[in-house]
Amino acid sequence: MRYMLLICTDPEAPSDPPGVPDINEWVDQMDRRHVRQMGEQLAPSSAATTVRVRDGKTLLTDGPFAETKEQICGFDVIECADLDEAIAVAAQHPMAWEGRVEVRPFWTPPTPS
Amino acid sequence: MGGPSRSETVLDAADAVVAAHAAEWRSLVGGLIRLTGDWELAEECAQDAFARALERWPRDGVPDRPGAWLATTARNRALDRLRRSTVEVRKTEQAASRAVVDAPPAAPAGPLDDELSLIFTCCHPALGMESRVALTLHAVGGLTTAEIARAFIVPVRTMTQRLFRARRKIRDAAIPFRVPGADQLAERLDGVLAVLYLVFNEGYHATGGASLSRVMLTREAIRLAAIVAELLPDEPEAQGLLALMELHDARRASRVDPVGDIVPLDVQDRARWDRPRIERAAGRLDGAVARGRPGPYQLQAAIAACHAVAADADDTDWAQIALLYGRLRDFVPSPVVELNRAVAVAMADGPAAGLPIIESLMAIDALPGYHLLPAARADLLRRLARWDEAAEAYRDAVALVANDAERRFLERRLAEVVAMEHGC
Repeated sequence: MRYMLLICTDPEAPSDPPGVPDINEWVDQMDRRHVRQMGEQLAPSSAATTVRVRDGKTLLTDGPFAETKEQICGFDVIECADLDEAIAVAAQHPMAWEGRVEVRPFWTPPTPS
Repeated sequence: MGGPSRSETVLDAADAVVAAHAAEWRSLVGGLIRLTGDWELAEECAQDAFARALERWPRDGVPDRPGAWLATTARNRALDRLRRSTVEVRKTEQAASRAVVDAPPAAPAGPLDDELSLIFTCCHPALGMESRVALTLHAVGGLTTAEIARAFIVPVRTMTQRLFRARRKIRDAAIPFRVPGADQLAERLDGVLAVLYLVFNEGYHATGGASLSRVMLTREAIRLAAIVAELLPDEPEAQGLLALMELHDARRASRVDPVGDIVPLDVQDRARWDRPRIERAAGRLDGAVARGRPGPYQLQAAIAACHAVAADADDTDWAQIALLYGRLRDFVPSPVVELNRAVAVAMADGPAAGLPIIESLMAIDALPGYHLLPAARADLLRRLARWDEAAEAYRDAVALVANDAERRFLERRLAEVVAMEHGC
């Protein structure tokens, strides 16, 4: 089962709380366990441009699609047995301590019964 | 030929189906989920099996092993339905291979494992609280969607959607169907107990125009708590929660008056309390406490037991209650717990002893807008004959109270202290 970890800042979260894991150790460990398939850090959302096409016209907005205090600042794609494992992996990510991590499964086509 | 008459057979068979539903529903659903990985299919096929039993057993007789009959019937139905839908070929293969993989002769997943897996998955913290409650009552309790909708006073359509979304999240996010490992068990059990306690309180605090379907929630919560307590006999908090529910419910007959108003504990007719049930619950609590792993449910049950075993309000061991609230505060650091402790201290050592606790809560504005804080302060001031301060506190409480019955009570007390203030 593949999950996307959407790494998000949180202005309310403590900065550098005691016991916060190290990002390099997290990456090394998840790579070694073949949990992490890929992941990157993103430039700040002030560098973002939002694109819409309406009536054939390309409309651009300066900034992310949702103007919130929280910003998506990175992502990781992980392969886990189930949600419990994915939650455990996310909980070891430093940004779960200093921000938030959304654990989102990849879309799988429905199997109607 | 001797033997029972036909109508007796029919009645016996119907009773047998009801008994089998109570005993087998959870392991049946759990086993089907483990087999197919499809919650909706599992619940539907389990229902089908009981419907078929209602049809067959009166005619053919109750099978020797009703559980095995139901499991086979439901399993065949599930595999048949999977086979029939052509898009589901892959799933059938998966289910078939899973059935082989999951049932090695050495370590078969027992029905108890299936039941516990079902309970823990329904109460998984990745599901919203409303979903956990609905799914637990539906999949574990075997209640119909319509029954749950009535109990929570929402349209059936809303409840159907809620259940649908919960099952879909379990599938899409791959929430595992299993009993959590030892390192997670305590935390996850807390989550299960929280769901059951919420269901209990939904039913317990339904008063006035409360419909029977809401009161049913209390009964259902106790039944499910008893199942969890039986499945996890070594978990003192599971025993504590069941004892707590039983102790409250044993006083049910006396806690609401004919108009539907709550009757305060100190004036309840204690002759109407269910004494044997109180004894049993207190015994269960003693067994849990003896394990030496205290927790919030055991402590709340111990407080409830102090009230339940007392002959009247004066006979109550308030010093012990004050002590228990103090220990509960370590687990649940809530100002409401502290307020209750203040009331108990005032009962044990006099109103002057309780007052500073309440005033320190007020100093930090711990419970803004909560009428019971000024009401408790007013009561202590009244007992200290500090009439003018008591009147002012009652006015503060009246300004905040929402419930009409409670307002009437506070206004009556206010009139009393105003009369005393003016020396009448």
